[in-house]
Amino acid sequence: MKYLNSRNRAILREMVGTDFKVRYQNSALGYLWSLLKPLFLFAILYIVFTYIIPLGKDVPHYPVYLLTGVVLWSFFTEATTMGALSVVSHGDLIRKIKIPRYLVVIASSMSALINLGLNLTVILIFALINGVVPSFSWLLLIPLIAELFFLALGVSFLLSSLYVKFRDISYIWEIFIQAGFYATPIIYPLTIVPMNMHKWFFLNPVAQIIQDARYVLVTRSSITLWSTVQSIWAVTPFVIMITVVIIGFIYFKRRSKYFAEDI
Amino acid sequence: MVSDKPKIAISIENLHKEFILPQSKNSTLKQAAVNIVKRNKKVTQKVLDGVSFNVNEGDFLGIIGRNGSGKSTLLKLIAGVYEPTSGNIYTYGGITPFIELGVGFNPELSGHDNVYLNGALLGFDRKQMDAMYDEIVSFAELGPFMDQKLKNYSSGMQVRLAFSIAIKAENDILIFDEVLAVGDSNFQEKCIRQFTKLKLSGKTIILVSHSMTMIEKFCSRVLLINAGKLVYDGNASDAIDRYEALNMEMPALVAEAEKIIDDRDVAVKYIDILDINNKASDIIESGKDFSIRFGVNSKKDIGESFISVRICDAETQYVVVGFDSKLDKKSIMIKQGDNEFVIHIKDNPILRGKYYMVIGIYESEEKKTHYFQYDGLSMGNFFLIKTKEEQLGIIKINRKWD
Repeated sequence: MKYLNSRNRAILREMVGTDFKVRYQNSALGYLWSLLKPLFLFAILYIVFTYIIPLGKDVPHYPVYLLTGVVLWSFFTEATTMGALSVVSHGDLIRKIKIPRYLVVIASSMSALINLGLNLTVILIFALINGVVPSFSWLLLIPLIAELFFLALGVSFLLSSLYVKFRDISYIWEIFIQAGFYATPIIYPLTIVPMNMHKWFFLNPVAQIIQDARYVLVTRSSITLWSTVQSIWAVTPFVIMITVVIIGFIYFKRRSKYFAEDI
Repeated sequence: MVSDKPKIAISIENLHKEFILPQSKNSTLKQAAVNIVKRNKKVTQKVLDGVSFNVNEGDFLGIIGRNGSGKSTLLKLIAGVYEPTSGNIYTYGGITPFIELGVGFNPELSGHDNVYLNGALLGFDRKQMDAMYDEIVSFAELGPFMDQKLKNYSSGMQVRLAFSIAIKAENDILIFDEVLAVGDSNFQEKCIRQFTKLKLSGKTIILVSHSMTMIEKFCSRVLLINAGKLVYDGNASDAIDRYEALNMEMPALVAEAEKIIDDRDVAVKYIDILDINNKASDIIESGKDFSIRFGVNSKKDIGESFISVRICDAETQYVVVGFDSKLDKKSIMIKQGDNEFVIHIKDNPILRGKYYMVIGIYESEEKKTHYFQYDGLSMGNFFLIKTKEEQLGIIKINRKWD
């Protein structure tokens, strides 16, 4: 593959490695934080949503169900927010060396992916403790994560090239992500929403991914796109996703020639 | 000789580069919206304006020019960091993709990790880096420091490390922009040896530097860039002479005189310096013959007049030598229209430096004076004198010791 030859792979590895090494520099616990952070977040969410606002008391294994949504959404947030900034924050590199520009975006998405991996490990342990029965359907998480990664990458390509010219993008995206957090069934189960509204939620590819992930990992009671829309219209979120990704790739490719002078 | 034509390593054809100036850049959506409505014209700045040249395999090419002349932009275009506005760049063979040392260095990483990071950016995979790691460290003489964070290195140490990695990136075409400014003399010596080695091994090297000593020492060919144009392409010493001419400020006196020429009845229209081969040139040599050829245009017949010539030092504005036709008992007639005069100078006694010329035309009444300078507005209008032998002062006198 031309795009990921050994040179580019070496660049990716070093960039992702640097990111990871630098992130917990100067902290006493170091890498341990990348596990401790999700653990504490989970503990807080667990307390809030089981004892204070028990939104999901009917959902089996609700803590795991909740955490799966939170973790996938935070991956999407982290990947796209860091991705949007990636080109500008690597301005020094881009102005001084000819490396494929897409590598800085991929590297930032991969850093987020590593975090997702660590978080998922913690979730799987949680799931086992919570009494979720391990099953082969867990393997279906892999294509779902791939789908989410691909989506985040496409959005990052679009945002990062826009951000070079329009710095407002980072604020707009922040608001968008905030809105998205509530528009996606993350902290509430879809069951609290009227049935006829469900299909509108599934226009959002992230909602489809999160509900599917809950289905394969936690409970068959998770409402999915497939149980909601049983017609050809079920392809809509995928069409939206692929459109975003294609636009992102094309726009990035067109603008990337001028990054060095526009930053 | 197998082939009589040298192989081309880089070919550059009519290269233009324009930048959109930052004040018109839409850095917020509001500005962008306003600009769409207002249809603001883009303000562009030409940085390179039609540059063409070839670099042959094995050339050690120097690029010099004042700050802001466009040489760094040219390098970035060659390295592929920038995209040309128009024109073509063809490179044959691997080219170093960077124009600065230590790109991507992260102060929070150890020296060791930075070597791998920088190496990856320069195009080496992990295996290749493993193979050359020890050599890089020993060249940089930083063995005991490799596990320390880069932020604890002195700036000299950082540059040593960066240079040691870069020098390993042995592509066919190497680009160096101001690299040897740092490091102690011992390390510089080492770099120079490495340069010599690269030169002998027939690599194509492009060096951009403000150090004329470096340029003169290494470059077999030098390009002088000024205001986005290639103004000289040739040997190092001539290029440096012209570069130094560019760096001199125009004498204030000349600028003043410029203003009053045009509304006179009589004006000097051009002055050419002719070298020993009678070719117009702005570089002549000490000790050789040269000529001054100038044209005078007059709106009426003036008849008997006289002409004075002064050669002035561009830096001090002192008259180095002055003479006129009256003293020389030469009768000058100026007719209506164009007149041309030539003065031959034997064995030019003036030594190396930068000079300009003032020519005055006096009508016989001696009241109206028409001055014209060999104007200093652009570099072409100064002239340079080169001196091959070692001499002191500004003129050479014939002498004999007893």
